[in-house]
Amino acid sequence: MRKLLNTLYVTSPNTYLSLDGENIVILKDQVEISRIPLHNLEGIVAFGYTGASPALMGACAKRNIALSFMKPSGKFLARVVGEVRGNVTLRKAQYRLSDNTEESNIISRNFILGKIYNTRWVIERATRDYAMRLDVDKLKKVSKVLANSLKLVEQSENLEQLRGYEGEAASQYFSVFDDLILQQKEFFYFRYRNKRPPLDNVNAMLSFVYTLLAHDFAAALETVGLDPYVGFLHRDRPGRISLALDMMEELRSVYADRFVISLINKKEVNSDGFTQKENGAVTMDDDTRKTILKAWQSKKQETITHPFLQEKVEWGLVPYAQAMLLARFIRGDLDGYPTFMWK
Amino acid sequence: MMEYKEEDFILLSGIQHFSFCRRQWALIHIEQQWQENLRTIEGQILHERTHDNTVREKRGDLIVSRGMAIFSRSLGITGACDVVELHKASDGVSIFGRDGNYKPVPIEYKRGKPKEDESDILQLCAQAMCLEEMLLCEIPEAFLFYGETKRRLKVTLEDELRQRVQTIVKEIHELYDKRYTPKVKPSKRCKACSLAEICMPKLCKNPSAVNYIKKNLLEVEE
Repeated sequence: MRKLLNTLYVTSPNTYLSLDGENIVILKDQVEISRIPLHNLEGIVAFGYTGASPALMGACAKRNIALSFMKPSGKFLARVVGEVRGNVTLRKAQYRLSDNTEESNIISRNFILGKIYNTRWVIERATRDYAMRLDVDKLKKVSKVLANSLKLVEQSENLEQLRGYEGEAASQYFSVFDDLILQQKEFFYFRYRNKRPPLDNVNAMLSFVYTLLAHDFAAALETVGLDPYVGFLHRDRPGRISLALDMMEELRSVYADRFVISLINKKEVNSDGFTQKENGAVTMDDDTRKTILKAWQSKKQETITHPFLQEKVEWGLVPYAQAMLLARFIRGDLDGYPTFMWK
Repeated sequence: MMEYKEEDFILLSGIQHFSFCRRQWALIHIEQQWQENLRTIEGQILHERTHDNTVREKRGDLIVSRGMAIFSRSLGITGACDVVELHKASDGVSIFGRDGNYKPVPIEYKRGKPKEDESDILQLCAQAMCLEEMLLCEIPEAFLFYGETKRRLKVTLEDELRQRVQTIVKEIHELYDKRYTPKVKPSKRCKACSLAEICMPKLCKNPSAVNYIKKNLLEVEE
């Protein structure tokens, strides 16, 4: 597999990112505070209203380094995209499939099969790891419903039906999500999923981590020559990376959600890092965001065995591997899209 | 003689990729994928020097031309020669703006050492065939220079070799017209291939994604 390079997260606001030779140089008040060689990077994510030089943008585009700008909240602002190059034939095949709702349904079914398979695994795994602390019967019941959802999804005839099954499975999963949180329960609880704005600490963390994952998928899709904006399950909407969102489905629970839960359960975050506004909207402070990013980086380095390729890969490369596999399916090398089914 | 249109020209450098591995060629030339590794970077550095076409060298009866752009309408290929030496010779051809007649000799620079396969030789021969067509001359021999051994290797451009160039170029055109990335048998070569990670040679063994999903779902039911 490809070497896992690093993503540079620039979290201090009011910095300026510039290019010097083969390095990215971070300036604050025109004073150099950091310098990192570009060849070690595969992505740069800048939070806050950071500026960047056109020369740096060009260098990133040329080297396939994903450069994204986020609001301090982690909300996506913009991404620097270089010249559209690469595989026209592949992209046209993608567009044709996306226009065909029947084909789109067949591909999307696999995204959702992966998603439900993995959420079910997250629940099953919890019943094994924390049998003494959990209402195992309750969780097993949900797991059974999810197993049934898998059968329904396999047979879904169109995208609408598929979305229906997905919605039911998601609400089953989220109905026990709070059970998986085993520490600091007075501050970290989950009632339901909300995002605009997040109304509790857990939702704030989930939203933030989903943004990171979407960025990784968009970058991976771009690298293999697919258009991250043209999806199958998520239909086109200007400015939305629909395909990245499609592909993310299968990793949400097993990668992002479990990551968030483990930060809480291991007490790597605490309630001091969150503030609630008068209207209930929750924001995270800089330190908490830094803690999350640091943990995210080391999570990415953890090695697993890819269930389809049967090769050792880092978690951080899974989006890349899946993007590659999707491209190979669209190209006709594979008889289906091998969704990521975690064990 | 059959002639290709300029827009249908394929890159001469692809001959080397194609004879190494058809899939590697398709990934680079159809899918426009590229991945650098140590070998490709070393090759680049070597070529930066040889391709510096601002340098003009004249040593007595010898003119050294670097980075000369070449093409052949009959083969439908285009590319560049690392170095073309023009040797003054009475039985050579006239060159515009130069006194006397010259015999062109292409020299291709390679980073490593002579390869077991004939990809370098085919590429060199194709270059010579382009020059022959452009200069209306005959080129009986050419050279490969290897960075590791620092030696020139003489290649005699026999009819049979030219025939092989024609065959491979024809195959490349056919595959390019299909815009299809072929599968090939994974082999030892995959280890030396900078595109192995993009290619995923395992995918050439026809693993079934449908069976993989089915198998996983069956386990859920049990």
